[in-house]
Amino acid sequence: MANETQSAVRRRRFYPRRKICRFCADPNLKIDYKEPEILKAFITERGKIIPRRQTGTCAKHQRQLTTAIKRARIMALLPFIATLDEEELARQGG
Amino acid sequence: MKKLRKYETLFVIHPDRVEEKEAVLEKLSEIIQNDGGEVLRTDEWGLRKLAYPIEKKKQGYYILMEFAAPAETPAKLEQYYRIDERVIRFIVVKLEEKYEPESLAA
Repeated sequence: MANETQSAVRRRRFYPRRKICRFCADPNLKIDYKEPEILKAFITERGKIIPRRQTGTCAKHQRQLTTAIKRARIMALLPFIATLDEEELARQGG
Repeated sequence: MKKLRKYETLFVIHPDRVEEKEAVLEKLSEIIQNDGGEVLRTDEWGLRKLAYPIEKKKQGYYILMEFAAPAETPAKLEQYYRIDERVIRFIVVKLEEKYEPESLAA
């Protein structure tokens, strides 16, 4: 049975490995708006929240993540929008 | 005695007015204590870089405070935060529905 499903997986070409939710895997990893370093893994370099179809986060933790990221944004711990080139923005702004 | 809840509040002091942070802390604990609450912990993160400029400043002085207070206190804190110009950002978050002083031992 296990072999059958495995070969089925191999036959389909770009079948992505099923990712597991990082917060379910590690109970010590807390979702907290005060920890922007953890949250940074779940936003793009432009500052957008990455959908869970890409990160593999479970629905429950993705919900907690979005609120945490939004709170962190309010507190200026994370950007609402980030440019790819921060220095260029500073030059334009300055 | 009113039922107490456990909250935390994180706020950012204007970088040019960090010297006045004690006055803000004092005012906050006054509001909390007037309602029969209690400040549990304050943690000064210090001057940090902001993710985006606020009031044309790139840095801010972050202070985190944990406290126990009845449900009407957060609204009063927010009202105060909005008035005080030294505070440029704030958030109040409920940590626990019920605060039990005895549970500190756990």
